[in-house]
Amino acid sequence: MIHSLFLVNSSGDIFLEKHWKSVVSRSVCDYFFEAQERATEPENVPPVIPTPHHYLISVLRHRIYFVAVIQSEVPPLFVIEFLHRVVDTFQDYFGVCTEAAIKDNVVVVYELLEEMLDNGFPLATESNILKELIKPPTILRTMVNTITGSTNVGEQLPTGQLSVVPWRRTGVKYTNNEAYFDVVEEIDVIIDKSGSTITAEIQGVIDACVKLTGMPDLTLSFMNPRLLDDVSFHPCVRFKRWEAERILSFIPPDGNFRLLSYHVSSQNGYPVGYRSLVAIPVYVKHNITFREGSSQGRFDLTLGPKQTMGKGVEAVLVSSQLPRGVLNANLSASQGTYTFDPVTKMLTWDVGKINPQKLPSLKGSMSLQAGASKPDENPSINIQFKIQQMAISGLKVNRLDMYGEKYKPFKGIKYMTKAGKFQVRT
Amino acid sequence: MYGCGFSAFRLEARGAMKAALVSAENLQLSLQPELSQEEQALTRARRCHDHKEAQGPGNDELKEMLESNKESLKLEAMKRIIGLIAKGKNASELFPAVVKNVANKNIELKKLVYVYLVRYAEEQQDLALLSISTFQRALKDPNQLIRASALRVLSSIRVPIIVPIMMLAIKESASDMSPYVRKTSAHAIQKLYSLDPEQREHLIEVIEKLLKDKSTLVAGSVVMAFEEVCPDRIDLIHKNYRKLCNLLVDVEEWGQVVIISMLTRYARTQFTSPWQEGVSFDENNEKAFYDSDSEEKRDETETKPYMMDPDHRLLLRNTKPLLQSRNTAVVMAVAQLYWHLAPTHEVSAVTKSLVRLLRSHREVQYVVLQNIATMSIQRKGMFEPYMKSFYVRSTDPTHIKTLKLEILTNLANEANISTILREFQTYVKSQDKAFAAATIQAIGRCATNISEVTDTCLNGLVLLLSNRDETVVAESVVVIKKLLQTQPTQHSEIIKHMAKLFDKITVAMARASILWLIGEYCERVPKIAPDVLRKMAKSFTSEEDIVKLQIVNLAAKLYLTNSKQTKLLTQYILNLGKYDQNYDIRDRTRFIRQLIVPNEKSGALSKYARRILLAPKPAPLLQSAFKDRDRYQLGTLSHSLNLKASGYQELSDWPAVAPDQSVRNVEVIEPVNEWVPTVGKSKPAKSAKSEDKFYSDSEGEQVDRKGSKNSSSSSNDSSSSSSSSSSSSSSEGSGSEESDEETSDESPKSSSQSGEGSSESETDQKKEKNKKNTDSKAKSKAVNSESEENNNMVSSSSEDGSASSSSDSDSDTEQKKSSSRSKPKVHERPPKEVSLLDLDDVAPSAPTTPKASAYSPSLLSDLEGLSLSSVSSPMQVTVQPFGPVKSHELLHHMSGKGLSARYHFPRQPFLYQPSMVQLQITLTNASDQPLEGIHLGEHSPASLTLHRFSPVERLEPQASVTVSMGIDFNDSTQAANFQLCTKEAEFSVSIQPAVGELLLPASLTQADFEKEQGKLLGMNETSATITMAEGHCSSAVLNKQVRSMANLGEVITGHNNTHRFAGRTVSSGALVLVTVEKREAADATITVNTDKSVMASMLLRDLKQALASA
Repeated sequence: MIHSLFLVNSSGDIFLEKHWKSVVSRSVCDYFFEAQERATEPENVPPVIPTPHHYLISVLRHRIYFVAVIQSEVPPLFVIEFLHRVVDTFQDYFGVCTEAAIKDNVVVVYELLEEMLDNGFPLATESNILKELIKPPTILRTMVNTITGSTNVGEQLPTGQLSVVPWRRTGVKYTNNEAYFDVVEEIDVIIDKSGSTITAEIQGVIDACVKLTGMPDLTLSFMNPRLLDDVSFHPCVRFKRWEAERILSFIPPDGNFRLLSYHVSSQNGYPVGYRSLVAIPVYVKHNITFREGSSQGRFDLTLGPKQTMGKGVEAVLVSSQLPRGVLNANLSASQGTYTFDPVTKMLTWDVGKINPQKLPSLKGSMSLQAGASKPDENPSINIQFKIQQMAISGLKVNRLDMYGEKYKPFKGIKYMTKAGKFQVRT
Repeated sequence: MYGCGFSAFRLEARGAMKAALVSAENLQLSLQPELSQEEQALTRARRCHDHKEAQGPGNDELKEMLESNKESLKLEAMKRIIGLIAKGKNASELFPAVVKNVANKNIELKKLVYVYLVRYAEEQQDLALLSISTFQRALKDPNQLIRASALRVLSSIRVPIIVPIMMLAIKESASDMSPYVRKTSAHAIQKLYSLDPEQREHLIEVIEKLLKDKSTLVAGSVVMAFEEVCPDRIDLIHKNYRKLCNLLVDVEEWGQVVIISMLTRYARTQFTSPWQEGVSFDENNEKAFYDSDSEEKRDETETKPYMMDPDHRLLLRNTKPLLQSRNTAVVMAVAQLYWHLAPTHEVSAVTKSLVRLLRSHREVQYVVLQNIATMSIQRKGMFEPYMKSFYVRSTDPTHIKTLKLEILTNLANEANISTILREFQTYVKSQDKAFAAATIQAIGRCATNISEVTDTCLNGLVLLLSNRDETVVAESVVVIKKLLQTQPTQHSEIIKHMAKLFDKITVAMARASILWLIGEYCERVPKIAPDVLRKMAKSFTSEEDIVKLQIVNLAAKLYLTNSKQTKLLTQYILNLGKYDQNYDIRDRTRFIRQLIVPNEKSGALSKYARRILLAPKPAPLLQSAFKDRDRYQLGTLSHSLNLKASGYQELSDWPAVAPDQSVRNVEVIEPVNEWVPTVGKSKPAKSAKSEDKFYSDSEGEQVDRKGSKNSSSSSNDSSSSSSSSSSSSSSEGSGSEESDEETSDESPKSSSQSGEGSSESETDQKKEKNKKNTDSKAKSKAVNSESEENNNMVSSSSEDGSASSSSDSDSDTEQKKSSSRSKPKVHERPPKEVSLLDLDDVAPSAPTTPKASAYSPSLLSDLEGLSLSSVSSPMQVTVQPFGPVKSHELLHHMSGKGLSARYHFPRQPFLYQPSMVQLQITLTNASDQPLEGIHLGEHSPASLTLHRFSPVERLEPQASVTVSMGIDFNDSTQAANFQLCTKEAEFSVSIQPAVGELLLPASLTQADFEKEQGKLLGMNETSATITMAEGHCSSAVLNKQVRSMANLGEVITGHNNTHRFAGRTVSSGALVLVTVEKREAADATITVNTDKSVMASMLLRDLKQALASA
């Protein structure tokens, strides 16, 4: 299926290549470079590119293009999903997935890729299995290996590969048994000019970090499972029990993993006029105007919290792509700092924490190109923020139980709400 | 990174290294451990480190490092070589040095060498051969990981010479104990196929075998191999279809994708279309009755024209949970499966999951949106509730935006158009001008599709004409042109407006569009048109080509309608065009001139010029770019690209008539190699007459999935023949009682009807079936009467037509369906079913031998579990009685003074002594006096052991009795001589068994067979080629012939031309394998593999006789 893989950095150099079948000349990437040139933005490179003899399917992560070469029909998502899995694995192994990290660990990268694909077909993509086959590099192990001649490569077939729970390795042992669950919700919103919500959705995930000895069998139940509109599970979750009882029952993988992702929507499936389930935690007052004939524009933006159940809104970052005609922005922020990039016309305002008593605002004027006509579009404003200790959908974990092992684990649950694609049209 | 620390450590460790040198030796290399050399290498290594990046290590140095006998040095060298390969640098020079390390003990080093080998073997074929033996050895390693990786590398080495070795390795690994190795062998199949497509036939055999594998690990990989090697051999799937469906949830995610797309294709060839009018299904209802019986047939007599095949439903039901997968490819695969296979109203089940995928990475969004775009054209309703999920954000990449726009346009209808248009207004103002232009086109499409808003859209577009951005204006013009064409009558104002704008517009396409509009509707704007032409004549030379063409066009049209004003202008323009640089324009000019200016040469054509040029033109259809994408299977690369990718498999249309459904029945229960004979298990199954035999295979699979492979059912031979009806009722088991209660109050009447043989049934046919159904049940003793009655009652209630689903509870309808379903099955295949039923009444195993012996065959087979369990050979000898059995004369009544004896081999294992061959002797008294005290006397040779039959006290005249005795022939055909005595006389008799009788059939899977055969090569193999007798060519006859000759068990191969038989010698238990391979015409090769070479040659001779032409 997947013939070869090329890693291309942002300046267009191929810095790693790996072939699973016959060698494909790297000149095949020329077609990719062509497409890259045509695209104005890096994201605009089409993910699927046909060439006379091959097909190139690429993903862009961490400013590296992972270009897979395909020779015949294959579901494109299959390849895309796999490439993302590769990136995730690299990140898992090296902490970051950058060109430097990959170059430094080229041998491990090669070993990983060799295990992940056989003849272009995925072989082992489960992190728990890979880590048994190839141990992640650490400084200490590198040194020890150098002296003792021992290796990063496991000699036995990972037990998980053959067992009924391929995601969990056997013989896990911890002195402190702990299980942490992070409920992270991202809120996607489009708010129109007048401040009314056009669309609002919540995408949530439960990320887990489970370090438990042996083969624990966990169940996690919610106070209000009906909230979850659509869910997707880690393969460990028993689907039947969810269907029947709305309980997550699973034998967890060892370490970090994403247990569940879910979707809560505001309007889908509900009759018109149904009260939106999605509370928007932040409001924006804006007044951005350009006057015809004048080379000045006014910019006025105020943020405020709403419906946050008393939790503070943190790490607020506002960004806006100003129209091309804007030469410079002369603004003053009541709080935080702002930057304006005259080349990309990107205005960023790092607000920090919103103080409900003293609302942050950004006011001032924009200077426009002399003689240019008034831009016919107002910029839209993108907002990022975090709210700790709250899941905006109101989802609450009821309890977590463990079966199959005798010890008492330490359990922890954390909630967080983040802005996803939070966009205000002005 | 660790370079400095590394070398520092190395210095310190040098002393230790020297000490360890002795132990660090490598057996593969010529041993020349010189300290100085070692040191040299070390220093060099350090030097390399110091300016590693500066000039890179020379190949020589790497070579020396590799040739040193210090492991860490080698490893370091290999790591650097991998670095070179990763960068795409050529490291092939080092091949000889690297390949020497292929057998190194250090596993990381070995792996890196493997990586290197695979990369360069193609270029250095000869040298690569050096490594092959290492892999061959590793293939036998006890560690499954090593076996697997050896196979992986061996099969990745693309050297044509080793194809036979690869083939052998694949075949062997395909029957490996470890599923992981088997998985690897499935991968290797594809590699070998791409290396040498001529191996296809052999590989298909392996695929066929691996398809039968029950491990979830193997399933995905083998289906992948199937798709690559023989996607057209759909027949291989039949038997495995249900297994694959059931395993699907537990297969790893990548395998799921492959299996699902294969099954989609399969289902389209095997089932009839569910997309018919007026078909409605209650999902719960369906589900319930599927749970109860997966073997039943659809009911033809019901009024519904379409009834989904249970297997079709099975597929849909088993794939549905996968929509919740975290793997986007799996979700998409299920979505496309539902799209292509599910009944219309069920397809929407996938919507939510697809929308969920839009939260994923950009690339995933792109592909998913493409698919949604195609889907939304045909089924607006599916995605309409989720319309807002397709709203565009300014941060989306352009191609995502355009796709979302496409979908929104597809979703537009009268109800939501205002919302969508409002949204579009925002988009038009987008800074991304390409996107804004796309939005305008989208507005145009909405306007043509929804006539209510055409005017609104048109007005909006006209407003856009005053937009500052040129692309927006241009696009608007083009779209307006198309819109006006649909209803030109009342829009002369707009045309005038556009004519005024003309000077401002610089985009060629827009200018051309305006000119065309004016030309087309010149009669509506009689004043402006000539004026525009005048202006155009001035600027003609500086216009773009498409504009010039339209100027010529306009001139021609005006000349025809208004020649008075424009004659000169037209002449002028035509002259300009005549000398234009572009040949298209020159051509067009010449053509127009001939057409419109009458002269003697122009002939008849110019008369029709007006009709030609001013013909009413059909309005263009504003269509989605995804309109024709549905010809490709969703989710495929071809669909994404909208062009046929190489290797794309067309999705066939539904067959009008479903092919035979029974092909998917797994009736012959395959011999399971891991069978553990447990007395406790097999006995009760027998005594209960094994009602659930039909289920045993599907249940067995479920059990297998959980890893514990025990299937008591595998032992049964003919007893799997329980009627389908009994199975259905028994399987209902617990459910039937409950539904009995539920229905009893509702229709007491209907139960009485069933008693009368359903007199009110609507069709005679049905009645007949019903009767048959009851009959068959009556025959099978084990059916419990309650469920039978219940079944009948409910089925009749369904017949009188009044039973509406609304009044029935779920389980009730389930019951109804299942019972009504069970009938056609009996009906459709009466011969088979009937015979099965009959068998149920008679003995399950039926050798046609005279009865009344001490151990009747049926008793024997009942006891076989017992007797066999004491023999714990790894592969069980199964009892597959085969009749008719030849009987031989032992003693003629003339020489036996009235006592005649005939013997035959019942081909059953002998109860008392497994090493003995059982034979039954039928003693007949042909005289007119009773014979007394018939017993066995002396026997020779003395070493012969035999088990005597118990003496027959008295045999009346003309009576006969059959006795059993056992003889240990010691696996030779040497005659056994003994004396048969009566009270008065002794008769010496002799039994010389045919070699075929010294065997007992063994049940082997094809995998085991091949494995065992592999062990019995060379000396232990005898083969001969024969020409078969004409009648023996068909499989059944051949099979029969062989098995009547020798007591062998058939190995299920599914391969048409190869027949395999296996058995064990009775005495020593040595394996005897027979392969009959049909060749061209009537030629066949018989191969016998056994370590009893004498037996082999005798058996071969006998087989030759049996099969060869007279």
